[in-house]
Amino acid sequence: MKYTEKVMDHFLHPRNMGELDHPTASGQVGNPVCGDIMKIDLDIEDGIIKDVKFKTFGCGTAIATSSISTEMIKGKTVDEALELTNKSVADALDGLPPVKMHCSVLAEQAIKVALKKYFEERGELTPEREAKFAILDEEDEASCPSAYTYVNSDKEHKEEK
Amino acid sequence: MSEKSRVYLDHAATTPVRPEVRAEINRMYESFYGNPSTFYEEGHEVADMLAQARADIAGVINADPSEIYFTSCGTESDNWALKGTAFARQKEGKHIITTKIEHHAILHTVEWLDKQGFEATYLDVDADGLVDPEDLKAALRDDTIIVSIMMANNEVGTIEPIKELAAITHTNSRAYFHCDAVQALGAIPIDVQDLGVDMMSFSGHKLYGPKGVGVMYLRRGKRVDNLLHGGAQERMRRGGTENIPLIVGFAKAAVLAKEEMPEESKRQIVMRDWLIQEISKRIPYCKLNGHPTKRLPNNVNFSFEFIEGESMLLLLDAEGYACSSGSACTSASLDPSHVLLAMGLPHEIAHGSLRITLGKDNTQEQLEGFVTSLENIVARLREMSPLWSDFQEGRIKAALINK
Repeated sequence: MKYTEKVMDHFLHPRNMGELDHPTASGQVGNPVCGDIMKIDLDIEDGIIKDVKFKTFGCGTAIATSSISTEMIKGKTVDEALELTNKSVADALDGLPPVKMHCSVLAEQAIKVALKKYFEERGELTPEREAKFAILDEEDEASCPSAYTYVNSDKEHKEEK
Repeated sequence: MSEKSRVYLDHAATTPVRPEVRAEINRMYESFYGNPSTFYEEGHEVADMLAQARADIAGVINADPSEIYFTSCGTESDNWALKGTAFARQKEGKHIITTKIEHHAILHTVEWLDKQGFEATYLDVDADGLVDPEDLKAALRDDTIIVSIMMANNEVGTIEPIKELAAITHTNSRAYFHCDAVQALGAIPIDVQDLGVDMMSFSGHKLYGPKGVGVMYLRRGKRVDNLLHGGAQERMRRGGTENIPLIVGFAKAAVLAKEEMPEESKRQIVMRDWLIQEISKRIPYCKLNGHPTKRLPNNVNFSFEFIEGESMLLLLDAEGYACSSGSACTSASLDPSHVLLAMGLPHEIAHGSLRITLGKDNTQEQLEGFVTSLENIVARLREMSPLWSDFQEGRIKAALINK
């Protein structure tokens, strides 16, 4: 499998890697069983993303999608950041192999988990904004069979309670 | 990329064709194009070369030349052994035994046979990847027609007790014993008489021979159906005009590997054990996969906690090292290595595995540079990993004991 130059560039020279000491909001998605976890920290001031950091456990593509998506939202307003989609992340990397599209989904999910928390805490989660969070309902079981069983057993567990 | 700056450490995947073998193959392509089945000089001379190659391979594994069949690859040999036995013996029974750590050439063939109405039992392995002979004994039935167990595992290098397993099979059942020895040929001694196997599969490209040629050893008197029906080649057992240049190249490679084995395996074991020791010493939270001593002289396989294998491979590649991983992200299936999972490794540890397989051209100096690179790469990926910070800040525990 061969990656695009952009993927390799972001993998070998990741942008905004690290953690924020006092993030306004954070999002973490994925699990170690299926082999990738992404964590995004946002520093938001007056509705603008002043700083963003990521940490990722995963393959080269997972690191590259995390890196480029932080670049894509840094300095943007929260509503501009909501326009980020997994497709725009993949396009910005000049495309991903089909089996790796899952990594772009994780990048979008991690950012949106953080943004959703931000809006919820402020009581600003309007219906228009809520519509942009559809990706968080996707279980993505097709690309990670082990995650599927993981998620399912988790659900059953909750129902038992 | 210049060849000089590259260090190839993936000899279990394939090997470069050695110069002596290349010369032999080129000589064949340049001067000998005849078909060995024909009745004139161009045919006779290649028929003699084919016979010599057959005798050479037979000599390497202590078989009779009439028990050696040339195929197109190790996968074909595996398919032939399993399907050929299944179809030839289906009236005697439909039960097949294999293990959970076989190569996909075996596992996917057995799965296919399972769909055709045969019944498969997959033996477990222990934490080192060893099959328990008692498990085999318990699994054998009156209707078991074939047992297929690999000699040495391609991922973790564990060497199975084939002699004992074949003896148990023959004492307790009428089943044939097949052994996939693709990784073992040229690396450890193979004597089919001593081992007592009925069938064995080999491939040319794991021992500095060419790709596209394999061998099946079939003990005289054992009945298997043909896989490739066609002409009268290979004593009517395998149709298709013989690929003489590659067959001759394979035989040359096998003879040279056997000659060099006593010294080369000793040299590789020293390098292997140094690498194992050095990695264990310098990199925290890692684990050697596979048996510590019952393993191929060239195989080193480690799991590194909190990081993922594919990103390790990419960074190693960027520094000039070619290795392999059992991580899901390096396969199309997105599941981590079935071998590591069968050995009881949790998914997250299996994802962080790295396989290094040495070759005859690797040097101690290369390995010293490699360990330094690896140490830096593991540290760098851990810096990026949220699991590592979770662990460092006490939010999660490590699964591997840090020695």
